[in-house]
Amino acid sequence: MAIRDRLSGNEAIAIAMKQINPDVLAAFPITPSTEIPQYVSQYVADGEVDTELILVESEHSAMSACIGSQAAGARTMTATSSCGLALMWETLYIASSIRLPITLALVNRALTGPININADHADSMGARDAGWIQIYSENNQEAYDNFIQAVRIGEDKEVQLPTMVCQDGFITSHAVENIELIEDEEVKAFVGEYIPVASLLNAKEPIAIGPYDSPHYYIEHKRQQAEGMNKAKEVILKVAEEFEKVTGRKYGLFEAYQLEDAEAAIVIINSTAGTAKAAIDKMRKEGKKVGLLKIRVFRPFPHEEICDALSHLKAIAVMDRSEGFSSIGGPLFAEVRSALYEAENRPMLINYIYGLGGRDVTTTHIEEVYNQLFSMINKNQTGQVYRYLGVRE
Amino acid sequence: MGKLTEIRWHARGGQGAKTASLLLADAAFNTGNYVQGFPEYGPERMGAPITAYNRISSEKITIHSNIYEPDFVVVMDESLIDSINVTLGLKDEGAIIVNTERPWKEVREQFKDYGGSVFTINAREISESTLGKYFPNTPLLAAVVKVSKIMEVEEFIQTMEDSFKHKFASKPEVIMGNMNALKRSMEEVRGYED
Repeated sequence: MAIRDRLSGNEAIAIAMKQINPDVLAAFPITPSTEIPQYVSQYVADGEVDTELILVESEHSAMSACIGSQAAGARTMTATSSCGLALMWETLYIASSIRLPITLALVNRALTGPININADHADSMGARDAGWIQIYSENNQEAYDNFIQAVRIGEDKEVQLPTMVCQDGFITSHAVENIELIEDEEVKAFVGEYIPVASLLNAKEPIAIGPYDSPHYYIEHKRQQAEGMNKAKEVILKVAEEFEKVTGRKYGLFEAYQLEDAEAAIVIINSTAGTAKAAIDKMRKEGKKVGLLKIRVFRPFPHEEICDALSHLKAIAVMDRSEGFSSIGGPLFAEVRSALYEAENRPMLINYIYGLGGRDVTTTHIEEVYNQLFSMINKNQTGQVYRYLGVRE
Repeated sequence: MGKLTEIRWHARGGQGAKTASLLLADAAFNTGNYVQGFPEYGPERMGAPITAYNRISSEKITIHSNIYEPDFVVVMDESLIDSINVTLGLKDEGAIIVNTERPWKEVREQFKDYGGSVFTINAREISESTLGKYFPNTPLLAAVVKVSKIMEVEEFIQTMEDSFKHKFASKPEVIMGNMNALKRSMEEVRGYED
């Protein structure tokens, strides 16, 4: 039976970790994700989990410990934010290339500098090419649900890749909201036991992990890694289907909200999708055909499905909560624009950089974006492609 | 969407506005509502002005932004009134609740430009006489429930008693002090001249 509760996003992740009861959690504290290992250390101290907690001296060491532990055959997790993820940079690539299904709870925060502790997606977008599956969450419920599913996705034999589950720092990580939890036993049954395909502690099948890879093989190994990512899409949907049977909550590669008959839409990630839904509800009552596509899976990027879901629209604003400094738009814009290249009738497409460093975004801001899209439709002219939302110039 | 109530708390770092917003979220959750309780994080230091928020509704809440047009404002530290426009965006159908030792008339006069209701509560006196220390949270929580009518008074008293019993299982004397603080606060919150 579902358990009605109210938790912050960080508490929700910590509860998911408690229910999964991983073999190892290696972490170093950084705002706003610090609470996650803090809560788990309490569970360890209270004997509620038998997780081995490894407290290290940096995030580089945290990910290194995760790699060693997962390679030994242990189900391993960590949590971090911002500069913490940046300090894991080289080890993120090692984890994915060794095909280690580590699960990382990322609480999105701006990268320094200027120094800032608040939400934006510069950290995870900076790691988008590191070979990790990336799943994003609008609220505490999705963070919890996604984290439980992530374990199954990464560990699938067809995939064998690490996964990061992202949510917005403070906005959801520190906001207490209603949530439906799953019974402990059901979570344990859902994730099952971790049986690694190969592990260092399996003396019957000795293997080498992480040796030098010469030009004779390196590209083949990278090709296989890419294949794991390709296959993840199907596995993500399969796991979501099983999850729905347990909880009744439906997940896909993205969420389409009021999109089917929409003329203008936005494409967005994480908590502001919720704010946009409230704006959409209001504008729909005024007879305006507005909708939203919320990215859940950014890696692998579901380009065909997104092209199908968006190609009927007249105008789209892709919303990026991080700067890519490409001078033509943020990282999500590049992906969505590329996906729509295949569309027969391409919608007009603009990009907004918004919410950097935790800048608040209200329903009024979102309405303004839709009004801009309608103005483009009326004039039949895209105008400026690369824009900033609510910035003082 | 069902009736949505939005509340903004003004305090100084260390006074417990975040905790107050979480306690209110808890109480509203326990009485069957959808809730949000969240602080706005700035440069954190003791004594700096901080803001916390609550949304309470009978239906699911999806908005994830700060609150700019609250139904109610609670001022935990009245020394903020000189430096912050605490009634900014506050709805005229709503109310402001000020923690103060001053007479109601003087506070009403201070907010003469605000068209809604003004309430006062002496959280310091209530807290010090019932709990022996200055914890403005509990009295202000009761005052905001009484003024906003977001839940039935009896329901609120019951859920708070249950949670105090749970929280202070090893300190029964604290439970009674807190309950007395709640009850006194509900009686003493003033929206008119004595």
